[in-house]
Amino acid sequence: MSELMERAERILDAAKGDEQIEVYLSRGTDTEIQAYQGDVENLSTASSSGIGVRVLRDGAAGAQVGTAWAGSLDEEAIVEALRQARDNARFATEDEFVAFAQPDGVEGAKLELSDASVLSTPLDEKIAMALELERMVRGGDPRIRQVDAANYSDYVAEAAVVSTKGIRASYERSGAFVSVEAIATDGTSDQTGWGLSAGRAPHELDLSEAANDAISRATRMLGAVKPASMKGTAVFDPRSTATLLAIIGGALSGEAVVYGRSFFANRIGEDVASPLFTLLDDPTDPRHFAASVFDGEGLACRRNVLIRRGRLEAFVYDTVSARRAGTVSTGSAVRGGIAGSPSAGCRALQLEPGSMDQAEIFRRVGNGIFVESLTGVHSGVNPISGDFSVGITGLMIRDGQLAEPVREITVASTLQRMLLDVRYVGSDVEWLPGSAAGQSLAIDGIAVSGS
Amino acid sequence: MLDQQRIEELSSGRDRGAGIRVVVGETTGFAHTADLSESGLLSAARAAAAVAREGGGGVREIALSPLRDYPSHATILPEEVDKAKKIDLLRYADEIARSQGSSITQVQVALGDSTRRFLVANSDGVFASDHQVRTRFNISCVASGDAGMQTGYRPVAGTRGFELLTMEAIEDAARGAAHQAITKLDARPAPSGDLPVVLAGGSGGILFHEACGHGLEADAILKNASVYAGKVGQRVASPLVTLVDDGTVAGEWGYLAIDDEGRPGARNVLIENGVLTDYMWDHLRARKSGRASSGNGRRQSYQHLPMVRMTNTYLLEGDSDADEIVAQTPRGVYVAQLGGGQVNTATGDFVFGMTAAFMIEDGKITAPLRDCNLIGNGPEVLQRVDAVANDFSMTPGTCGKDGQSVPVGTGQATMRLTGVTIGGTAS
Repeated sequence: MSELMERAERILDAAKGDEQIEVYLSRGTDTEIQAYQGDVENLSTASSSGIGVRVLRDGAAGAQVGTAWAGSLDEEAIVEALRQARDNARFATEDEFVAFAQPDGVEGAKLELSDASVLSTPLDEKIAMALELERMVRGGDPRIRQVDAANYSDYVAEAAVVSTKGIRASYERSGAFVSVEAIATDGTSDQTGWGLSAGRAPHELDLSEAANDAISRATRMLGAVKPASMKGTAVFDPRSTATLLAIIGGALSGEAVVYGRSFFANRIGEDVASPLFTLLDDPTDPRHFAASVFDGEGLACRRNVLIRRGRLEAFVYDTVSARRAGTVSTGSAVRGGIAGSPSAGCRALQLEPGSMDQAEIFRRVGNGIFVESLTGVHSGVNPISGDFSVGITGLMIRDGQLAEPVREITVASTLQRMLLDVRYVGSDVEWLPGSAAGQSLAIDGIAVSGS
Repeated sequence: MLDQQRIEELSSGRDRGAGIRVVVGETTGFAHTADLSESGLLSAARAAAAVAREGGGGVREIALSPLRDYPSHATILPEEVDKAKKIDLLRYADEIARSQGSSITQVQVALGDSTRRFLVANSDGVFASDHQVRTRFNISCVASGDAGMQTGYRPVAGTRGFELLTMEAIEDAARGAAHQAITKLDARPAPSGDLPVVLAGGSGGILFHEACGHGLEADAILKNASVYAGKVGQRVASPLVTLVDDGTVAGEWGYLAIDDEGRPGARNVLIENGVLTDYMWDHLRARKSGRASSGNGRRQSYQHLPMVRMTNTYLLEGDSDADEIVAQTPRGVYVAQLGGGQVNTATGDFVFGMTAAFMIEDGKITAPLRDCNLIGNGPEVLQRVDAVANDFSMTPGTCGKDGQSVPVGTGQATMRLTGVTIGGTAS
């Protein structure tokens, strides 16, 4: 048993009377390095830890929960957090559906998500990676006039969730990333391109992949024009598809559904997407960066198929949203660090791959628009109404091939319409940091606003 | 937070620690710790100093100036207000919102307050402390109709204590959010393409925060990663545009007595009558350029490095009448509320969401429009301001940059842009 878990268990001893306590402890170390003009611009390294505690008490009409957190594992901070959580519980509305997770017998997947070499790799080697990445981008193409920042970062984190209900979960994870933003110029105007490589340890990173991605994205956008407005097929690149899937995942949260805040509410069993579309949330797949053994309430994560061949099959639930919906948790509680309470959410989305690569999709589409990046997603997508309108940069597709770059345009539709209008799903899956992987995706009926 | 008429979450938390920055040549070393003991601080200092790889040791004596202590202006400290009283306010807002119409099916109300005390000292002798109290309330409503669900939202936030949340402010916000959702039930798809846009006073300020504010931050300028680099003294906007970043507007969400580097907040004119006058600066960037910081060095917490950030960014009002501006617009879009936005500082391209908008037809505000994005280019939009009214107001917001969030204010008076691309689906 980990030392962190032992500490968490000792806190449970403070439970008074018939109250229940849930403790979430986390501890981590991270390093961030930014290279600029052949030198280290910023280097930061730190360890941090914290506790999130929830206290539940039963009342006549249901349970009340109070929450508190502290950014330290000092005895005094823990005692104060417990006191605050207890006090806060008194003010919560008694609610028959509110409960902590109960162990459900599902075994956690055997996943190796932490790599000790993150800590054993000397700092100088990490610095050298950031410097080398910057050098590769600066020297990679004469049109690159600036590298805004070349970054290396890594972390090792451990967390434990325990409760008086018998929950005992702990896990460790690590990650290492390089990213770079390049600015290219053609003398009259500039374009930017961003590249990254991610892994669980420094040795998994591919600097040239990140560098080439940034260079090609910046340079191929040079001379971009604003096209005329049109309606047609859009091909989303893997990164844009991942963004899209994460939005759709938000509407598949059981919490959004029970509260009527999802356009998927009351539609289980209906054909909501093209038959090519099979979407699953599978944190037990180790290829996914967000893979996890346990969810935010300490239940085992599991593979949940949400949309199968276009038919809506399931939502993801945490304990409370499941109880409201009259079902059981799908092991899908997510929490935003120590200060966040668990809520239902997708963690590791992936779209079942199709058989075509990107070039084949371009050939089949013939004419359309290739969407390379999305902007304004947080303001332009309404997961309740499904309205979708985002800014994009990309390239036109003409005669089955990439043609001139375009910018300052928006693409619009509704999420409902887009899912049904999926025409091709690519085979080119990219495992990206974040809650969704992505591949090329062609969608018909997209309104493009230009001039 | 009150959701579905239940108090769903009541949470409190505390964080304390120290961040230590060591600058050697062009390199910044940074470490932070939650351990405030002398040994904890020293070990963080050593970690931060480790970047001084060629560093020869030595001791330097620093004469700190006497501590300048800035008190909070809050009259009612939020931590002294009974939790039950805060909950009553949430219930009251819920009641007001629901009474606006039977189509209101969901109401979510949240109230939060934060107290931030910090002390900053540096090797130039700066020694200052601040006590920042912020209070925030927001309400979201969902209205349901035959054609689906629509949302409405209103924030009330300030660098103030609980006195911010008067009954009147709560009622206004609750009514506003409910009506916004109800009105949008009849919304039609927004048009697609370039149209004149009238921005109502207040939330339109985010356009200038995004469209040019970020490009005027000295970190982007010094890296030549902004379209505004090298343009001081040049005309970059319509003569109607005077843009100011102002940390001194007492009580506003982006107010600060001192920034997170101990520099007093200041009123900085960035664009005057269309001419670029200055950028925004933090300590490091100012030092590199041999000038003084403009009081724009901010950080999310002790765990983050300070960088150049905006405070309250606003466009000075003009002398037109808001109604007249609409009346003189034959066809266009009236934006009553803007949502969030995003900008690429290197190209100036920006996007932001319209969360309450209407068609303007024959000089009159007509049909409500469904949510959609506007897209444009900062330098171009600045040239297209052709009317500014005299009804200035401000809106609170949260600005994200490089993974750090800080509270900011934005503001402007009703104004017209001759053309912006509207990302709707209708022709």
